[in-house]
Amino acid sequence: MEKLDPIQIDLLEAISGLHEIPEGAYNIRANGGTAARHSTEHIEIVPKDNGQGIDIYIKPGTKKESLHMPVLLSKTGLKDVVYNDFHIGEDADVTIVAGCGIHNGGDAASQHDGIHRFFIGKNARVKYVEKHYGSGDGKGEKIMNPLTEIEIDENGYMEMDTAQIKGVDSTIRKTNAKLAAGASLVVMERLMTHGTQRAESYFDVQINGADASADVVSRSVAKDDSYQLFSSNLAGNAKCSGHTECDAIIVGNAKISAIPELTANDSDAALIHEAAIGKIAGDQIIKLMTLGLTEEEAEEEIIRGFLK
Amino acid sequence: MLELRNVSFQVSEDSKDKEILKNVSFTLEDNKFVAITGPNGGGKSTLARMIAGIIQPVSGSIWLDGQDITEMNVTQRARLGISYAFQQPVRFKGITVLNLLRLAAGKRLSVVDACQYLSEVGLCAKDYINREVNASLSGGEIKRIEIATVMARGTKISVFDEPEAGIDLWSFQNLIQVFEKMHDQKHGSILIISHQERILKTADEILVIADGEVAGYGPREEILPTLLNSDSAESGCKFWQKEGA
Repeated sequence: MEKLDPIQIDLLEAISGLHEIPEGAYNIRANGGTAARHSTEHIEIVPKDNGQGIDIYIKPGTKKESLHMPVLLSKTGLKDVVYNDFHIGEDADVTIVAGCGIHNGGDAASQHDGIHRFFIGKNARVKYVEKHYGSGDGKGEKIMNPLTEIEIDENGYMEMDTAQIKGVDSTIRKTNAKLAAGASLVVMERLMTHGTQRAESYFDVQINGADASADVVSRSVAKDDSYQLFSSNLAGNAKCSGHTECDAIIVGNAKISAIPELTANDSDAALIHEAAIGKIAGDQIIKLMTLGLTEEEAEEEIIRGFLK
Repeated sequence: MLELRNVSFQVSEDSKDKEILKNVSFTLEDNKFVAITGPNGGGKSTLARMIAGIIQPVSGSIWLDGQDITEMNVTQRARLGISYAFQQPVRFKGITVLNLLRLAAGKRLSVVDACQYLSEVGLCAKDYINREVNASLSGGEIKRIEIATVMARGTKISVFDEPEAGIDLWSFQNLIQVFEKMHDQKHGSILIISHQERILKTADEILVIADGEVAGYGPREEILPTLLNSDSAESGCKFWQKEGA
């Protein structure tokens, strides 16, 4: 880890829990360049010809292997755009841990736009974990705009677990997915905004194949004067099932919009949406106060559990 | 020792003041098990909530061990040693039974110790310890977890608001034993709102609250026969339930 400075090491820990070079395959991107890269027998990382990203090839049948892909930005005013394509072979079963940490101690905006495309082969299973985090007390904004494109082939499965808990000033997340027969997509998104932060998250899931399913769940907390928008569109284009849920807590003067949208283009599509936005229930705070917590401690505890 | 001195409480209904509690006074001695009973709507739960600090009396005062706690909020009273089990326990998304018991104990309770509290309220601990305290728990399950949180606090005063409500007959037998055990072990004072004869029979003293006033207070041997044998007990107006009713 020679190429990483102490701030970058802190960021790495915040987004991936890593203290050192991980096991298995990895690609660490720091301040717009490659800091470290390691392919394995089954997971091959190949830089794109234009230098703006990588192709990741996971061989068919790869089992129980992991890939870490953290992106670290510690230089103020940097705008980093990266294109990563994941080609996941049939029957593979892998965990991919991505994430982006920005430390901005200066006055110019730092921005990372990650464009990730997943091509998941037949019967393959992918767990994708992505954490976004910002730190630094400079006036410069920390901006992240991830775009994720997902195509899951027959009976493939993807679990996407994303979290943006702290320090990102502005984010527009877009996730588009197409599901073939028997494919499943499970999304758990957790978002917390504070101060004057803005976060928008859009999902568009086309459930194209018979017996495919999608479950898109968002849990979010908006504090202070922040703003959040959650929009999810599930389109059932075959005999399939889909569920989308937005559960949000407002604290202070924050504003939250939830726009769940369902489109059934097949009479056998079973689609459900749920959305609930509100303050923390008074009874929840009182219960924790009867256990000896202050009102503020109770609120923190409730939010921590909610976003866990 | 907890003392209520002439406490009153009222709410506004249709722009009229309605008195819920009128000049209620009573003293809960240390290590006593007192049952509060009386008709629905008589003010029992209001009294319990007032002791916990969730609502404040409009007049009168509340004293704990000689200290006036009337103006204290819920947290301050909890820290002084008052625990309160909700009649309708609160649910939390994401907070596990173990988290809640640890918050209650005010320390990083070991899993073994946390399981002990669950076992005492008749729950198979390993099935529950990592469950979220959310809508997936049944009424009876969450009720017992609520009681376990109060036990985990181990404070000098524990107030239970109708612990039997929502619990099935089979679990009820079990629950009675929980309270009998608490009584025998003399873990501080217990104030328990109940309509159940078996709980009333466990109590040292019984406080009868009707129409916002103290309608009777004394040793169980004195009060219980008057409840069970009074003419009104046989009428449609009876405010106790025979066991298993």
